[in-house]
Amino acid sequence: MSDHGDHPDYLGHHYDTPEQQFDSGKFGMWLFLATEILLFAGLFCAYAVYRSNHPEIFHYSEQFLDRKLGGINTVVLITSSFTMAMAVRAAQLGKNGATAMFLVLTILGGFGFMGIKKVEYEHKWKHGLLWGNKYQDQEHHDGHDGHGGEHGDEGAHDDGHSLNLGIPGVTMAHAADGAGGGSAGDHGEDASQAGAAAGDGGDHGAATHAAGEHSDAGGHSDMSASDKSAPIMVDGEEIPHTTHETGAAAPEGLAGADDKHADDGAPAYVHIFFGIYFLMTGLHGLHVIAGLIAIAWVLVRTLKGHFSAEYSTPVDLVGLYWHIVDLVWIYLFPLLYLIS
Amino acid sequence: MSSATDHAEESNYLNAKPGLMSWLTTLDHKRIGVMYLISILTAFFIAGMLAMLVRTELLTPGRTIVDPDTYNQFFTLHGAIMVFMFIIPGIPAALGNFVLPLMLGAKDVAFPRLNLMSWYLWVFGGVFAVVSMVTGAVDTGWTFYTPYSTDTSTSVINMTLGVFILGFASIFTGINFVVTIHKLRPAGMTWWRMPLMLWGLYATAIIQVLATPVIGITMLLLIAERTLGVGIFDPALGGDPLLYQHFFWFYSHPAVYIMILPAMGVISELISVHSRKTIFGYQAIALSSVAIAAFSFIVWGHHMFTAMSPMANMVFSALTFSVSIPSAVKTFNWLATLYRGHIRLNTPMLYALSFLFLFGIGGLTGLFLGTLAVDVHLHDTYFVVAHFHYVMFGGTVIAFLGGLHHWWPKMFGRMYNEGLAKLACFLIFIGFNITFMSQFIMGSLGMPRRYYDYIDAYGSYHVWSSIGAYIMAVGFFLTAGYLIHSLIAGKKAVENPWGAATLEWRTASPPIEHNFHETPDANYPYDYSVNRFNPDTGNYDHIGAPAQEDDDRAVGFHGHGLESTT
Repeated sequence: MSDHGDHPDYLGHHYDTPEQQFDSGKFGMWLFLATEILLFAGLFCAYAVYRSNHPEIFHYSEQFLDRKLGGINTVVLITSSFTMAMAVRAAQLGKNGATAMFLVLTILGGFGFMGIKKVEYEHKWKHGLLWGNKYQDQEHHDGHDGHGGEHGDEGAHDDGHSLNLGIPGVTMAHAADGAGGGSAGDHGEDASQAGAAAGDGGDHGAATHAAGEHSDAGGHSDMSASDKSAPIMVDGEEIPHTTHETGAAAPEGLAGADDKHADDGAPAYVHIFFGIYFLMTGLHGLHVIAGLIAIAWVLVRTLKGHFSAEYSTPVDLVGLYWHIVDLVWIYLFPLLYLIS
Repeated sequence: MSSATDHAEESNYLNAKPGLMSWLTTLDHKRIGVMYLISILTAFFIAGMLAMLVRTELLTPGRTIVDPDTYNQFFTLHGAIMVFMFIIPGIPAALGNFVLPLMLGAKDVAFPRLNLMSWYLWVFGGVFAVVSMVTGAVDTGWTFYTPYSTDTSTSVINMTLGVFILGFASIFTGINFVVTIHKLRPAGMTWWRMPLMLWGLYATAIIQVLATPVIGITMLLLIAERTLGVGIFDPALGGDPLLYQHFFWFYSHPAVYIMILPAMGVISELISVHSRKTIFGYQAIALSSVAIAAFSFIVWGHHMFTAMSPMANMVFSALTFSVSIPSAVKTFNWLATLYRGHIRLNTPMLYALSFLFLFGIGGLTGLFLGTLAVDVHLHDTYFVVAHFHYVMFGGTVIAFLGGLHHWWPKMFGRMYNEGLAKLACFLIFIGFNITFMSQFIMGSLGMPRRYYDYIDAYGSYHVWSSIGAYIMAVGFFLTAGYLIHSLIAGKKAVENPWGAATLEWRTASPPIEHNFHETPDANYPYDYSVNRFNPDTGNYDHIGAPAQEDDDRAVGFHGHGLESTT
């Protein structure tokens, strides 16, 4: 222990050099991040098991997730990762002002993400797209307006409508989905409405293709809501497959075809998907909140002038944490939103 | 060296700062180790008493002292508290925390605050677990299998939340140890000059970091299942209860090695020091720890032979057998170390020898259970119970006791009564074998585990098993008695009473607050020529290893002069 004399304040008494302390901190953080990955790994396993055992659930349920909002959220989170990286860089250079600014931007990104998540959750809550016994069958009214409405809604997002503009008059929980974008769709004109929306969204070919496919499913559609027999599940599964050429347009097209034919044969146990969806995104959301608290903590320390070009380890470590939170979402988004 | 002892009498880590608050806010790894020691021994006492109640209930068929539901709660709490609050944190967090930085010649672990937080999390998690005893003790068995755990009216959530929090305590210890071993080794201590205790703790810490998060998410899923009715594990809702078992054992099998690997580290130290002979096959023992850690992740399926496809069963069975290879490598190296050693039959050595015997039986009976055809007959019988007690108790707890007696003089600066300690060791050894040997027999005769009632044919085995348990209890109370007595009236311990060559014996007993006045030079940890017995003081004085220096320079050994001038 030769360097007692020049032991800086920030250096723990049990470390010899700042490099040793920094290396230890960083190594410890990486180990912690490994535990975070493994924590999520359990849920990814559950996802993999149920998706391989019940693919129809996943293909059916995915249509209820809003790709646009998910996509925006992905961009928001990646941007916040970028500003975090800039903050780390600024901190390493000892530019406290820039560090603080980038940290604030990162926090804003985090809040933006959570805000959009809240909109999505509210929508699902309102329509009973939930886990376990809380899940409400969507097919009762799906066939008539729910589905068309849903996708009309998605199409309408292009026009800047927001999801939670539900129209109360609609009888069914799920039908209210449609209210946002394709309000007209709720009242009988949904076919044309949604179809148009699909057209807006992109590829007409995909839309018609899906429509053709869908008439097949429609054949089963007049069965009662409780009918969840296997062949219908298969249909449910296949519909998205045929429309995979265009990511966003496909569901609209599907919806366009869906107008009259009621339920497209919702498979059994759809709530399993939403259970997994809420567990995964919920746990991720908790991590975003934890990350925001950590960023706020380093922001305060930055403003207090605790960091310098010589010592900015906490900013670095919090940055790593934020990136892993981002990375988890990068996997969650395609696994949950982009199934077909 | 005796001057260092004199100095220590004025100030050591125990008396450097007075008051309860100085303990509760300490960042000193030694104090945290002692706090952990007190905590886990409290848990051990509670869980041990529950075991006595279980054994008493089983003295006679039918009702003896409690009703069946209470009996279910007893054995569940016994298992859960023993596993999650005593055996898993036992050696790493209590003994490991104390000796790891000392063995490295370091002042502390890499993250002292994280270390303290780990202890608080243990207490917090422990409170949840114990509260569940009051609010309706869990009756599912310590594995919390669904659908028991989703259907029972007992307070599963408290207990599983406790387990979740205890898991974080364990993760933080693991992170701390891995980083400390990587980054705080002194100059001259290469990986191949690290004491084997540290290899054991290192392999353990790797598992703690990589396996524990999975039990974390499993417990969260179980809580979500109970509170929200998510249905992931509920067949009525399309879920799969077997998935729970996979999740649970993906952690809990590696957790078995979290329990046994540090014990193997302890035994490596004890056997070498107390036969005063360099360890045989150092690299083989070190690498076999890492190999066991790696294997531990791919054998969980052997807990579920009755629930998987024949193909999966065969794969898991073969993998399970493969774990016996590194375990046997260790055992044979320990035996070879003993061969022609100067064996000192003191208490730590008696525990080490007990370990070899009991762990040998525990390990070999594991092969019976890993064999598919035999397992069909033996699974869920007392044979399984006896097997894992031979490993968990005969392995881990015996090694913990051996380590506790080995490091007790260093931890508290006092010697215990050797005669009583040997007697207690003998009682525990005998009592343990009576308890669980009879369980092997009745298990192979078909007595199912966890049953409240049994036919008369099993009666005598149960009686013997209970008698053995009472003998063990006497041994433990005796141990508690003489250890507490030693704190008050024990003979003062010298710096190095055993003649060990690892670095923790190169500071005062008990150590000063910052461990060492000067960072000691790392010699090969099993080179006993570095110290010599001093009959006047009873201490093994450090004399350095002048004859060794030439050889050692080639492998990076730093002599006295070099270290003190840097």
